[in-house]
Amino acid sequence: MKLDLILRVTTKIILPFMLLFALYVQFHGDYGPGGGFQAGVIAAGMIILYALVFGLRAAQRVVPMSLVQRLIPLGVLIYAGVGIVAMMKGGEFLNYSVLAQNSVKGQHEGILLIELGVLVTVASTMVGIFYAFVERGR
Amino acid sequence: MEALINMVLLTLMAVITVGIIRMKSLFGVVILGGIYSFLMASVMIVLDAVDVAMTEASVGAGVSTVLMLAALYLTKHEETPSLHSPAVALLLAAVVGAALIYGTIDLPPFGSADTPVNTHVAPRYLEKSIPETSVPNVVTSVLGSYRGFDTFGEVTVIFTAGLGVLLLLRGRRKRIHSDVETAAIAADARDAA
Repeated sequence: MKLDLILRVTTKIILPFMLLFALYVQFHGDYGPGGGFQAGVIAAGMIILYALVFGLRAAQRVVPMSLVQRLIPLGVLIYAGVGIVAMMKGGEFLNYSVLAQNSVKGQHEGILLIELGVLVTVASTMVGIFYAFVERGR
Repeated sequence: MEALINMVLLTLMAVITVGIIRMKSLFGVVILGGIYSFLMASVMIVLDAVDVAMTEASVGAGVSTVLMLAALYLTKHEETPSLHSPAVALLLAAVVGAALIYGTIDLPPFGSADTPVNTHVAPRYLEKSIPETSVPNVVTSVLGSYRGFDTFGEVTVIFTAGLGVLLLLRGRRKRIHSDVETAAIAADARDAA
């Protein structure tokens, strides 16, 4: 493990910036390239890097498998929930225009919310698949 | 200049493809696959499709490479030599490749403005995205709002894929584990008797 010193120090320094970049990609998706899908993969990459360098047990203390298993369907439910709320407010399924006072604001908020759903499902699915592979190899 | 960059990138991709075919070490194949994805992402940037480039770099080169390495961890590291001759596969690939190239002859010139792709709904998205959704990145407004149903389908696909992998890899392991445990308990019981 002594040889891993540089890797471990570098990983510790780089992890917060990876999360920050994932959040930037998520919330800047309206203005530049990016969105929930890319941000989810980058956030998952952060957890996977942590697991690769510090071991699966350390990573699962931060993000346990039980949490991952709950987050995978949660993202789909957020997405579908936005659609259902739009229906209850008198619009069609996933018609965000009815979500806020005016249709432009509603569209913007709807896109932000469904991107959040995409982020949650993509990130947790990637982490979950990685955990499943590594646990199986032990 | 753009043509030169494309030429260099595509040549490198062709070289890597040959390398992937010839290489027997699966570890090397996975790494070459990651490099291929990065080159593809560069091609996407040259084509001004930055959203696609970002997805290709993060998914194709990043997470897929790691997941393939994780899969290698469970299998052998060397490709097993094929038992049948590659002639049939080569012929099939050549025929399909020729058909695809024949199909491109009828395509309009790259980026021409009067094709159905650029005259159907694309101008409406470009003109109405900001007044209707206040989102300047049209890719996001198309994916999130105008084509929200498609994206919902994509998220469901990822959800299903994750569910499938977790069921296959985790469900099985537990059963094997409990079998071993019951055998151990049985052995203990026999020893005690």
